[in-house]
Amino acid sequence: MTAPVEADRRAAAQLVADMPPGPAAWCSGLRKRYGKQQAVSDVSFEVGRGEVVGLLGPNGAGKTSVIKMLLGLVHPDAGEVVLLGRPAADPAARARVGYLPELFRYQPWLSPVEVLALHVRLSGADVPTGEQSEALALVGLADRADDRLGGFSKGMQQRLGLAVALVARPELVVLDAPPSALDPLGRADVRDIVLSLRERGVAVLLNSHLIGEVERVCDRVVILDRGRVAAAGSLAELLGRHELHLHLTGLSPAAQARLAETGHVEREGDWFTVALPADDVDTAVPDLVGDLIALGARVHAVEPARISLEDRLLGILRDGAGARQ
Amino acid sequence: MTTTRTVLTIAALTLREASRQRVLLALTAMTVVLIALSGWGFSRLAAESGGTLTSGEALLTASILLNLVMFGFSLIAALGTAFLAGPTLAGETESGIALSVLARPIRRSAFLLGKWLGLVAFGSGFVVLAGLAQCLVVRATVGYWPPQPAAALALLAAQTTALLTLAVLLSTAVSPMASGVVAVGLFGTAWVAGVVGGIGASLGNASVERVGTVSRMLLPTDGLWRGAMHAFQDPTALLRLGDEGGQAFPFLSAAPPTPSYLAWAALWVAMVWGLAAASFVRKDL
Repeated sequence: MTAPVEADRRAAAQLVADMPPGPAAWCSGLRKRYGKQQAVSDVSFEVGRGEVVGLLGPNGAGKTSVIKMLLGLVHPDAGEVVLLGRPAADPAARARVGYLPELFRYQPWLSPVEVLALHVRLSGADVPTGEQSEALALVGLADRADDRLGGFSKGMQQRLGLAVALVARPELVVLDAPPSALDPLGRADVRDIVLSLRERGVAVLLNSHLIGEVERVCDRVVILDRGRVAAAGSLAELLGRHELHLHLTGLSPAAQARLAETGHVEREGDWFTVALPADDVDTAVPDLVGDLIALGARVHAVEPARISLEDRLLGILRDGAGARQ
Repeated sequence: MTTTRTVLTIAALTLREASRQRVLLALTAMTVVLIALSGWGFSRLAAESGGTLTSGEALLTASILLNLVMFGFSLIAALGTAFLAGPTLAGETESGIALSVLARPIRRSAFLLGKWLGLVAFGSGFVVLAGLAQCLVVRATVGYWPPQPAAALALLAAQTTALLTLAVLLSTAVSPMASGVVAVGLFGTAWVAGVVGGIGASLGNASVERVGTVSRMLLPTDGLWRGAMHAFQDPTALLRLGDEGGQAFPFLSAAPPTPSYLAWAALWVAMVWGLAAASFVRKDL
């Protein structure tokens, strides 16, 4: 990375920081290398105020590294981060940020009440004890409030972690793999909590393997693969893409080429699945069918299909792997 | 969040951690056993030597025994604080406890300073309280009172501070257990080097004597410990043992620490702390 580029980036960061009111989180050109492993290369995205953004990707895609760089826990080799309108190099940028780490552990010699009091004090926020107790009640720990954490299960520690992330009146909440240790009931609670945060205008960055959860609560999704942003956009943008199932026989090479031209094709016997471009859905289907017939193919069936986020994610990751080979 | 408030919050948290861990229980138990044993020993000494020891011999014996027991305390403090410093820094970063704390709007250097202050308060508090109790026991049993008890206890606390600063530096780089083991190992090595140097001095061998001098510069725990011994022992004890024998004997000290040595020790602590902070601030968690 050359110095002028870095300087430009810093200038851009300052510009973003000065803009009213500025996104909840903004990062540009984040890079991180651990030894020989390039964990994150050139990641840029933003989380708008009051927006719920899902961070998706396979293991080792760099999701947790990116989150830690946003929070100043890992130092990026290059790139800039702005949190709630302040450059992240200033610790004060994190004053209104709540964080549930992927590795959630809290001081085993303290009780939940003491952990929350500690975090409120460190955040500098003025949160009365009544409100702190409410945060514990919200995650279902009200009756264990004064017990030492030493005897808590993983699920209960994660619930406490959620309360820690929420207690200091955050404007941005970063949840790294939140429902990992929670039972189905706990997951439903997390979903409700995230949705209520969005209602109150709190931005949420959610890293989760549970794609179903992400699809239920997120406004936008950023998909990371091997340290890069493989795709990003609103759910409508990412899932608005349609697929077409076609049952075809007598397919000439020219007709096959016409199919491939339209989009990504998968074949199972005589059934073909073609991804359609998002922009001209209205004309793409009749044009394609007409062309296939003109090229001598026999069309037995044409069925529209909508893809799930999971299929879309797998498709993006497969395309990425294909492009690398 | 002001830096001072962060430092004090973390220091209080570290003290609370120390007071709630089993290490406090173990420290208290060892200390009580050591004080009780030494109290019994001193009372036997007083009873059995009733008429046979001259008052000078009694002073010498009391000085040596007091220094010996104080060495026990400084060893307990060294073990206690070195094994507290490891878990509280390296252990917390390894287990993830530090993640949610350091994601708060606080500077890492303030966090480290708070941890260090808490450990210093705990370690110094321990040696001062245990040392004072021991002095009182000695006074009650054999009627000996050290010439400079305040300076002696302060130097013991300084020795503990130097060692735990080293343990803090080590725990920013290596695993919790390793940092404790290395710190205590270095502490023991410095003490042995000091004894070797003392023997060199009594034999008039300058190169052997240099071993002690150099090790006292590299790790000031032994120099501070010798200063503490000098303040605990009776001024006539050395004369009684003879100058050469006194230098070689590990539980009497020939001279008080010079002001320049004390300044060096303070600078050493500041430098090692600075290194620890530089290493911790750069660390990826």
